[in-house]
Amino acid sequence: MTDAGSITVNGRSHPIGENDSLLDVLSALDLDPRVVVVELNRDIVRRPQLGETRVRPGDHIELVHFVGGG
Amino acid sequence: MAEAVAHATDAPLVVGGRTFRSRLMVGTGKYKDNATMTAALAASGAEVVTVAVRRVDLDRSKEEAILHHLDPDQYFLLANTAGCYTADDAIRYARLAREAGFNEFVKLEVIGDQETLLPDTDGLLNATKTLVAEGFQVMAYTNDDLITALRLEDAGCAAVMPLASPIGSGLGLANPYTVRTIKRRLTCPVIVDAGVGTASDACITMEQGVDGILMNTALAEAADEVTMARAMRWAVDAGRAAFLAGRMPRREIAVPSSPTTGLLD
Repeated sequence: MTDAGSITVNGRSHPIGENDSLLDVLSALDLDPRVVVVELNRDIVRRPQLGETRVRPGDHIELVHFVGGG
Repeated sequence: MAEAVAHATDAPLVVGGRTFRSRLMVGTGKYKDNATMTAALAASGAEVVTVAVRRVDLDRSKEEAILHHLDPDQYFLLANTAGCYTADDAIRYARLAREAGFNEFVKLEVIGDQETLLPDTDGLLNATKTLVAEGFQVMAYTNDDLITALRLEDAGCAAVMPLASPIGSGLGLANPYTVRTIKRRLTCPVIVDAGVGTASDACITMEQGVDGILMNTALAEAADEVTMARAMRWAVDAGRAAFLAGRMPRREIAVPSSPTTGLLD
């Protein structure tokens, strides 16, 4: 994987490789795509599309999940 | 209803076309650990359990994901929009929650004030309209104001959720009259959300005739969480049964319970 710049994930800079998909990003962060919801530049990307959605330098990604709450 | 009163039987709770086995709904926040939470949920008998949507902690400084502690066959996960202060934020969280979850239901909160956590009813109404149009079953956390409750019902809420008293306060049902009025005037289910502190609070709330109660802190901050969960289960059942039974009138005079005739000279 060649360094292709960086994206922002949950407010933090994250390096990406050439042609990295959202699934690659989750994999690099060791996150299970079944329990995480991905927002790419404010748009939700559904699970089946994670593997085919490429990230580009400067993209803003939010990764959320369910936590305890009332 | 006469039949129900006579035999203290009850129809099941139906919200947004879905039938639930318990009128007690519980949150999953603030427990000291997940084992205590799951034991308390089981003891409560609740089916609907609320969860919040938050950023994944990329440092894994603490294991906060909750899904693998909640059996989806046993519990109905109700995502909330807690922590949202604008309609736009609440809508964003609701959409994320729907993607993460298993259903179209959302417990909609649009908070208007940090100190009291009272709702921004204007934002709440706007967010409700948008989410209802997107097919959500909106359960709206609101104050105990009848006019707002009526507007929320008109906007298509699946349930209206007036507070008993402020979130996490444990002050109990501050105004039985307003909650009773809301229940009387609305057609959709009325589920009291927030403020219950102990079992008697839950019982008195259910005695107003509301369809259910959602609570979190009263369980999570009890010294014995599991025992309090059990107490709340009984209190909700007792309050519901008492409502269906129909209480005796209040009188500000005494009325003897024993015969007033046949007394000795």
